[in-house]
Amino acid sequence: MSPVKIAYIRPLDIRHGCIDMGHGAGGRAAAQLIEELFLAAFDNEFLRQGNDGAVFAPPALPPGARLVMATDGHVVSPLFFPGGDVGCLSVHGTVNDVAMSGATPLYLTASFILEEGYPLADLKRIVDSMAQASREAGVPIITGDTKVVERGKGDGVFISTTGLGVVAPGVDIAGSNARPGDVVLLSGTIGEHGVAVLSQRESLEFETTIESDTCALHTLVAAMLQAAPGGVRVLRDPTRGGLATTLNEVARQSRAGMMLQESAIPVLPEVDAACELLGLDPLYIANEGKLIAICAPEAADAVLAAMRDHPQGRAAARIGVVTEDAHHFVQMNTRFGGRRVVDWLSGEQLPRIC
Amino acid sequence: MKYIDEFRDGDIARKIGARLAEEVQPARQYSFMEFCGGHTHAISRYGIAEMLPPNVRMVHGPGCPVCVLPIGRIDLAIKLALEFGVIVCTYGDTMRVPASNSLSLVKAKARGGDIRMVYSAADALEIARQNPEREVVFFAIGFETTTPPTALAIRDAQRAQLKNFSVLCCHVLTPSAITHILESPEVRQYGTVPIDGFVGPAHVSIVIGSQPYEHFSDEYRKPVVIAGFEPLDVMQAVLMLVRQVNEGRAEVENEFSRVVSREGNLQAQALVSEIFELRTTFEWRGLGEVPYSALKIRPSYAQFDAECRFDLRYQPVADNKACECGAILRGVKKPTDCKIFGTVCTPENPVGSCMVSSEGACAAHYSYGRFRDIPVVVESI
Ligand code: SF4
Repeated sequence: MSPVKIAYIRPLDIRHGCIDMGHGAGGRAAAQLIEELFLAAFDNEFLRQGNDGAVFAPPALPPGARLVMATDGHVVSPLFFPGGDVGCLSVHGTVNDVAMSGATPLYLTASFILEEGYPLADLKRIVDSMAQASREAGVPIITGDTKVVERGKGDGVFISTTGLGVVAPGVDIAGSNARPGDVVLLSGTIGEHGVAVLSQRESLEFETTIESDTCALHTLVAAMLQAAPGGVRVLRDPTRGGLATTLNEVARQSRAGMMLQESAIPVLPEVDAACELLGLDPLYIANEGKLIAICAPEAADAVLAAMRDHPQGRAAARIGVVTEDAHHFVQMNTRFGGRRVVDWLSGEQLPRIC
Repeated sequence: MKYIDEFRDGDIARKIGARLAEEVQPARQYSFMEFCGGHTHAISRYGIAEMLPPNVRMVHGPGCPVCVLPIGRIDLAIKLALEFGVIVCTYGDTMRVPASNSLSLVKAKARGGDIRMVYSAADALEIARQNPEREVVFFAIGFETTTPPTALAIRDAQRAQLKNFSVLCCHVLTPSAITHILESPEVRQYGTVPIDGFVGPAHVSIVIGSQPYEHFSDEYRKPVVIAGFEPLDVMQAVLMLVRQVNEGRAEVENEFSRVVSREGNLQAQALVSEIFELRTTFEWRGLGEVPYSALKIRPSYAQFDAECRFDLRYQPVADNKACECGAILRGVKKPTDCKIFGTVCTPENPVGSCMVSSEGACAAHYSYGRFRDIPVVVESI
């Protein structure tokens, strides 16, 4: 039994409390928030040390291995949406950014910018979801930071996460590696995340069963790399800007073109219907749990089979090929029988009015 | 989705394509204008131009409400937000249209204007109800399709005696624009309009019916086929137009009879004429002043007319000199004929009106069709 009288410590009132400026001031309130909310949820040996930084021995790297570091800010609105929230998103997003280099993610850091007045109960939901996501992914959050901004100067909660990972020797994955003749693979149906978030937007709320696809993809990546060593040349998760924008980025980096087959691109009928209603194109809608892989032609079958064997790649498909094209056009044979350019998204994708 | 898939069936499309190829007369050039942005969008998105015989050319008309909005009108909306401090509500597409002084509604918002994207006129009304201490203006744009909801919002505002709601009315009319294309003074300047017929608007026609187009078939001997926005609708409409041309007919036909009648929606028409009256003239971006082509709010509803309420004066602003929009919207030139197409003028940085929304002729060609200007190596996977 501790000799400290219980009555002297007033625990954080998570049920009714709100973030106030004191939680960011570095005093007792800040320490209490960190201890009772963040440490309790993320608990691991590094955080328990209670230092400003996490001190760890570098992983034993075989010759030719490299480190990869990725960072990402998460500002989704609304903060909670069907299938997820900003918390799990902030873990999955960064784990995936690390994994898209073909790396095994090791550690995460997290920085929170909280708005004065934000309910602690909601913050706890977010933090718990983050903790669960990090535990499931096997990637601990080993250091972090919390700041509070005045009411009206933030959007509830902003989270930035940074991830560290290791790329095994011999793995060479980069957006500039695609070559004419390579095969474009997609791990599953597109558009769920964006539509799930849109369905919750004020003024747009519509009934839907669509859930965000947010998830960590590093085990899928590991399975793909193992299936065809050296065969995967490019990996990308088509988040903001959707599949279309991601493929355009790769085409430009690789100085090549692409020819897609619309009929091969998997889209859930519900997503199709919602997009139809809003005048949006699923090709431009954000995903949080899908990846595209560009593979050497001889490796494509093995990689596709490995994807389909993994729970996150059941609906994987071969959607196109890399072409030689000095203009770096991403083109598509439409299901209807015509052909079109699949261009960069210009500006924000906005619903059409007529 | 079954209902929609039926109108996107590639096999049927190929059959219509084959029939078209059989029926077009090889020695003849056919060019048809699809007036409506929705059709331009379908043609681009499904790659329909590729499936038509080479001597059938589709001309993108001025039917994108965002593209035809003149700079001066957007300037008014920006002025309301930045100078009068009102909450300006508008449809999403409108936010990006370039205005004077390198501004747009998006940029005015970044400068502190309270500008909100809404999905309907009713949403704007709701914002007015929730902010009784602020002035709320709905920046209303669009063709006959979006006009009835604006009229309804004004009537509801009047019934609820809302004191802080008004509308900056920029609603325009389809038939007057088509007439203007066929007989404006510029036609002489640009040369004869090489248009053999029109694909008539879908949603607009649900409201106004097919009757207003009879004028074009009777007076101008131009066939009109009203068509839905699905790609098969468009293919079918082109086939029907080709047949009319071949047979020397000029009639209004209705491919979209599953929804469009000759009279249209009389109730909606009555509501619109209760609230609105014709403007004697209205400037269109790319077309200039078009007589009797737009609506304004009737004097009896003047308190809901932002132009009266804030004593706004319209100032026309000239388009960039290099811009060929006028010729393009009339079907006299193609987007690639414009010297600044794709270089100075791009969807990120539109100079002229046709580059503003994906339904505009230049933006549609840039975003979906520019591969056609350049030979491509690989055809399929
Ligand atoms: S390219 Fe731009 S400037 Fe030229 S006609 Fe088209 S919209 Fe106008």
